[in-house]
This record gives sequence, structure tokens and C-alpha cells, in this order.
Amino acid sequence: RDFKRMEVEDVDVDGEICVGLPRKRQVVVLEHSLHVVTPGDVITTDTGFMRGHGTYVEGETIKASVAGVVERVNKLICVRPVRTRYTGEIGDVVVGRIIEVGQRRWKVDTFSRLDSVLMLSSINLPGGILRRRSAEDELMMRSYFKEGDLISAEVQSVFSDVSLSLHTRSLKYGKLSQGCLVTVAPALVKRRKTHFHNLPCGASLILGNNGYIWIGPLAAEEQPITDASNEEMMETEMVTSHRDHEVIARLRNCVLALADQKLPLYDTTILYTYDASIGHSARDLVKPEVIEEITSHARQL
Amino acid sequence: MAGIEFLSPEGLRVDGRRAHEIRKVQCKMGVFRQADGSAIMEQGNTKVIASVYGPHEVAIRSKSLHDRAVINCQHSVAAFSSGERRARSKSDRRSLEISRMIKETFEAAILTEFAAKSQIDIYVQILQSDGGNMCACINAATLALIDAGIPLRDYVSSCSAGFVEDTPLVDINYLEQGASGPDLSVAILPRSEKVVLFYMDSRMHVDNLERVLQAAVRGCHDVFGIMNRTVREHIEQHVGILDSKDI
Repeated sequence: RDFKRMEVEDVDVDGEICVGLPRKRQVVVLEHSLHVVTPGDVITTDTGFMRGHGTYVEGETIKASVAGVVERVNKLICVRPVRTRYTGEIGDVVVGRIIEVGQRRWKVDTFSRLDSVLMLSSINLPGGILRRRSAEDELMMRSYFKEGDLISAEVQSVFSDVSLSLHTRSLKYGKLSQGCLVTVAPALVKRRKTHFHNLPCGASLILGNNGYIWIGPLAAEEQPITDASNEEMMETEMVTSHRDHEVIARLRNCVLALADQKLPLYDTTILYTYDASIGHSARDLVKPEVIEEITSHARQL
Repeated sequence: MAGIEFLSPEGLRVDGRRAHEIRKVQCKMGVFRQADGSAIMEQGNTKVIASVYGPHEVAIRSKSLHDRAVINCQHSVAAFSSGERRARSKSDRRSLEISRMIKETFEAAILTEFAAKSQIDIYVQILQSDGGNMCACINAATLALIDAGIPLRDYVSSCSAGFVEDTPLVDINYLEQGASGPDLSVAILPRSEKVVLFYMDSRMHVDNLERVLQAAVRGCHDVFGIMNRTVREHIEQHVGILDSKDI
């Protein structure tokens, strides 16, 4: 049973306060028979199966250790929980935040169990020059990325302790600026051929597999980047127009609406939600009844 | 407390329950978006909020264990939680003791080998206290851990019991706690009936222990039934995330 809650929105332009009661949530009926398990449930007593993620073995029985749905692939049994930290695989595109600058490496927060690592040898030096990293590069690390920067990168390898090693060895990866970061559950972003999208509404979108979504303005035409300091100057001088800001804000609320309704995030679903939201102001998109309305098209996919 | 009839001749307690009945339990998972897992647990008038962060990188490098996860628990009581407003510091002895007990309880239940070198933080806060606080904290923390997707051996369900006029009372509230009788808090892993926490205040004759313990364990099973139903409903609502496959 839902707890009834009153939602008081900001005061409207003409001084009216909007108080909306959320509609009673519709009960979702399971169409197909999914095997739902909770921690401690016995999945099988057959010894022929191997245990996968989300399970543990006690004696001869395989029991679930998380609450979720049982997946069986031939002889492998795993349980996928609803919410969990990001577990990386090689080739995933992630968006992360630099937490620490260390010896020849950066520590990056990617919403995983352990912080990811970005080695100095795995980044593209500005200007695209290829050379061995020298001692001066080590001292200049902070000029490339410093604490608090957001970067987009790809997973290069996974260490034995499950921590990830990232690389930005392509021009499409690198520091992100002039945009907005949205965090959602990693399970909502599925693996696809491309995670970089330029939306027709005038914004660029990066769907990180780790649940960090980056919404930024459309990139200007490619300009040759000569050196690090010049790049920095260009970033801070770039002024994003008011229209771009509004598009980004609206997209952010659409992404959060889809995440609230537990719908997977693709560029198509985000676009449908965006189109359905044009009628409302960007501020109204956080109301529950508006969320249900704009995600109805995306739900049918 | 003279004059309070804890068990009437008809077998009713101060709030109208029978000796073996637990209070009304309401629980909800996923209440905070910022935390990895969170839950609200209400047992009668006792309300507790639990939030779980993790597994994440250990804050203090030297404390990390190479083969297991470190569990860190913090328990705090809101100033407005009891009848009189009293601001309690997070590091007073009682809070630290309860934090420690909750941490050791969950070290037995969480499969820590699956999150080596990382840290799991559990924060419980009591919003309204009406007896059975520690039990409600443990139940709320269990739901929050399940919400966060942290692997557990089994649920940890907890219930308290008292002993008045030769009758064990299950799930005692604040008034009954003040009856200068024993206050036994028990936490079990319901499916294997293994006891992970056994804590008693005051004194009781050992001959009565068996009956009181049995009553508390039965109360734990009742609470477990409600928690299990809540978790299943929560999963079925989130089928959308689990259903679609990657390409």
C-alpha cells in the first residue's frame, strides 16, 4: 500500500500554489511467469547446475543471495537484482568523475564497487601526438585531468579484483564540459552499438553503461586542438545559449521521468518522451501525473 | 509503574493485543534516490529509517580487507523520537553499543566474500521510538540491504519479547519495557532458524528462557513473512528493468 503524500510545487507565476496528489499506482500484473526469488530462497537442489552471480551454494543446494529474477543459461543459474552497482565489461562506454590524481594514474568514480583506474599511458595527449610518457608528463597530470572533472572513457580491461581500467584513446572520449550529468540505475542502460547520440532537438547525449548520463550542447565543428591550455581557454569562453540550456534541462527531466518509471533508456525512448513533453514547461516535468503522461509512448516500445 | 495492568484477565495487553500478537508492521523499500538502498520500517509506533551505501571503495585505505568487505554501521536517534525532546549525540555509549551489535549481526548475514576490498555503510535512524527499537533497526537494515542488491545469506528478522505474569509477551512496546521485566531481543535467519543476535536486559529465571525465546522466534517469523511479501511486491513492480535484454 502506498503512503499518501502531498506534493507542494513551487509557487506559480500568478501566486497560485499547486498541490497535486499522485494517482494511485497501477498494480503491475506479471504477464509471463518470472521466477522471483529473495535472499535465502532455494533455487534448485539439482547438483548438475553451476552457480552464477547472485547465488551461493550451501551443501548441495543453490540458494539466492539477492532479490531478483532467476536467469538460466544452459547449466548456469544466476539471479539479477534490481539495483546494484555497475559491473564493467570490456568495451563498455562509461562516464566517470576524477577523484584522485596519483602516480601515473587517475582514480575515477564510475559507480562501481571499487574505483576505476585511468592510466597515464591510456589517454590521448592533446594534439594527438604519439610519444612515450615522460617524467614531465607525470608532473603535468593535473593539467590534463584534475579532481572533479567529468570524463567519458571506455573500459579497457578488468582487474582480478573487479576494478576497471579505462582508456580515452579516441577523439570521441575525453573531458566533458558545459552540460549536465544525470545518474540512474545502471541496469536501465542496455549495451548497444553506439552510446553517443546527437539528438535532433539540439543536444548531444552520452549514455554511460554505468548509469551516468551526460547531456550537453551539440558539439561545434571540429577545431584542431593545439595544446592543453588553449583547450581550457576555449571551454571557459564558450557560452551556451539560453535555448540550449532549456533543451538540456528538459532532456534531463525526461531522463529522470523514464528512470522513475523503470523504463530502459534508449535514444528513441528519450526522444519520444521529449516530444511528448513539449506541451509542459520544463519545471512541470517532475510532477508524477505529468511523468506518467509523457512516458506512456515510450512504455509501448 | 504501579497500577498498569500489562495483561488483563481476558488476556489483553495495554494496546489491546494478545500475548502472541506482534504490532502492525508497515514497510517500504527504495525511499531515497541518493542511497544505494533504503527502507522505512514501522512496527506499531516505532518508526525507523535505514539507508545503505555500497559496496564502494574503502574510505581509509588501511582498513580495507583483501578478501572481505568492511561493514560500517551508524545508529542515531532523532531528538524528536521520544516523549520528551532530547538531542542525543551519535557517539554516546548506547548508540555506539547498538551500532556495534547491528554491525556484528550483519557480518554474519552478509556474504562479505563477494565484495572484497570494499566497504558497506549502514545508517539507521530512529524517527519514533516506542519500544523494540533495535529490532526495528535490524529489520529496516535488512530491507535496505536487499534494496541495494548486496548479497545476503538470508533475511535477518528480529523481534523482542518480554515476560509478565508467567506469560511471554511478543513485541513489547515502551510501556511494557518499563515493567521491570526482561526485555529479550532476538534476530534470526528465518529459513535456517539460526540465531544471529541475542540480547537481554534485566533478569529472568533460566526456566522461563525456553518459552520466551520460542515466543520471540515466532514473532520473528511473523515479521519475516511481511518483509518477504514486501520484497516480492517491490521486485514485481521493477520487472521493467529486469525484463529487457541487452543486444
